[in-house]
Amino acid sequence: MLLVTCPFCGPRNENEFVCKGETVTRPAQPAALDDAAWTAFLYLRDNTKGRHEEHWWHKHGCRQWFRAMRNTADNRFTP
Amino acid sequence: MRYSIWSLARNALTRHAHWPRAWRDPPLQKSYDAIVIGAGGHGLATAYYLAKRHGLTRVAVLEKSWLGGGNTARNTVTIRANYLREPSVRFYAESIKLWEDLSQELNYNVMFSQRGQIDLVQSWAKLRDLKRRQATLRLVGVPFDIITPAQVQARIPALDLANSTRFPVLAASWHPTAGIARHDAVAWGYARAADALGVDIIQNCEVTAIRRSGGRIVGVETIRGSVDAPKVALAVAAHAGVLAASAGLRLPIETVPLQAFVSEPLKPMLDVVLNIPQLQTYLSQSDKGELVIGGGADGYPSYVARGSFALVEDIVAAMISLFPALARVGFLRQWAGNIDVSHDITPIISRLPIDGFFVSAGWGSGGFKAIPIGGVALAHLMATGKPLPAAEHLGFARFETGRLLFETAGASNRS
Repeated sequence: MLLVTCPFCGPRNENEFVCKGETVTRPAQPAALDDAAWTAFLYLRDNTKGRHEEHWWHKHGCRQWFRAMRNTADNRFTP
Repeated sequence: MRYSIWSLARNALTRHAHWPRAWRDPPLQKSYDAIVIGAGGHGLATAYYLAKRHGLTRVAVLEKSWLGGGNTARNTVTIRANYLREPSVRFYAESIKLWEDLSQELNYNVMFSQRGQIDLVQSWAKLRDLKRRQATLRLVGVPFDIITPAQVQARIPALDLANSTRFPVLAASWHPTAGIARHDAVAWGYARAADALGVDIIQNCEVTAIRRSGGRIVGVETIRGSVDAPKVALAVAAHAGVLAASAGLRLPIETVPLQAFVSEPLKPMLDVVLNIPQLQTYLSQSDKGELVIGGGADGYPSYVARGSFALVEDIVAAMISLFPALARVGFLRQWAGNIDVSHDITPIISRLPIDGFFVSAGWGSGGFKAIPIGGVALAHLMATGKPLPAAEHLGFARFETGRLLFETAGASNRS
């Protein structure tokens, strides 16, 4: 069981959260993107084995979103 | 040597001391016509069909540990075609046809047991979904019926339908051509058959990077040195993204753990594959009597092959609610396979933007059932440069055109 630290509520059980996956950066000028750039933004992921910055949603808690850094090779959260 | 009743009898007389090796342990060559990375079911099947159907025999399958030791060893062996979208149903129905003849084709008993699958329906929404799915399956010619709770009870007496009041069973579906096969035998059968056709299966040879020169593939870098090949295919499930990254590419795939369990051996109590979508679990009973139980995927990307305990609790609670008799049965093993889930839960068999680079990935929770057709499709694409007609919908281009094929029928998509 993972202990996920919500920046607003402190450490809580993993099943209070929904992981929303790898962080992505929104395009500054969406209208200027071509198909390949849209594909990259919408679908392509680094899927890193190692340090992984991701979005978490404290769905069954304060319902806030936050970013967390976790190692996908051992599931440990790191600052 | 062909396996037969005669070879078995002859070797029994000599106390089974003279069986030849099932496959060679060849040295790594400097160059090949094609390299398949990953000696799991898909990689071995691809190599076999490259040799068998396309006459390519200077082929190497490179494996970082032992063959069939990754997700091929970790899955729950269910073979079925009850998918949502018509192209998916056609694809998996084609795979079932290949499974039906696979033991004869490979001269290796893969223990394919077409015992049928029952899906319990515990919500009206699911019933509507299954009726729609029934129409699609019948269109393709796959038998698929809606049956009553009484029929389910008659087939599975151990199931406690009377007390499942939280999610009463409203109906069920019956998919008679579904079944299971022996996972190791599939890997070993394809390995032996490919090896007999001249394919080199190189174990303990981890590929560390893909080598490209401009827009072309030139080979791979391994822990045993570099190897040249004009065609390289990835069939590595969880690590597809890691290897693609070494060639400067990204894939629409996330790696998550999918859990499974095996109970202690029991007397025969379940002669079908039973899927309980409402409770995110499914099970079948192996020939040894163990219940092979699969659960959903963990809720976050991970390369850890263990899985979250939160999910263990969910699955155990679900099992006991339907099979109270299992409350005191022990688990022998629990593990996770790290599955490669594509954005639309549909696999990807495609060329990549580098010439000579191919990928078979995104199999998510459903790769095992597709091993024969996946091998045929990837081999066809590598040899001819054109997708197999049954696999045209699996191209990477769908992520650029937006013609995604969202599948809800995988075990990996919990909402």
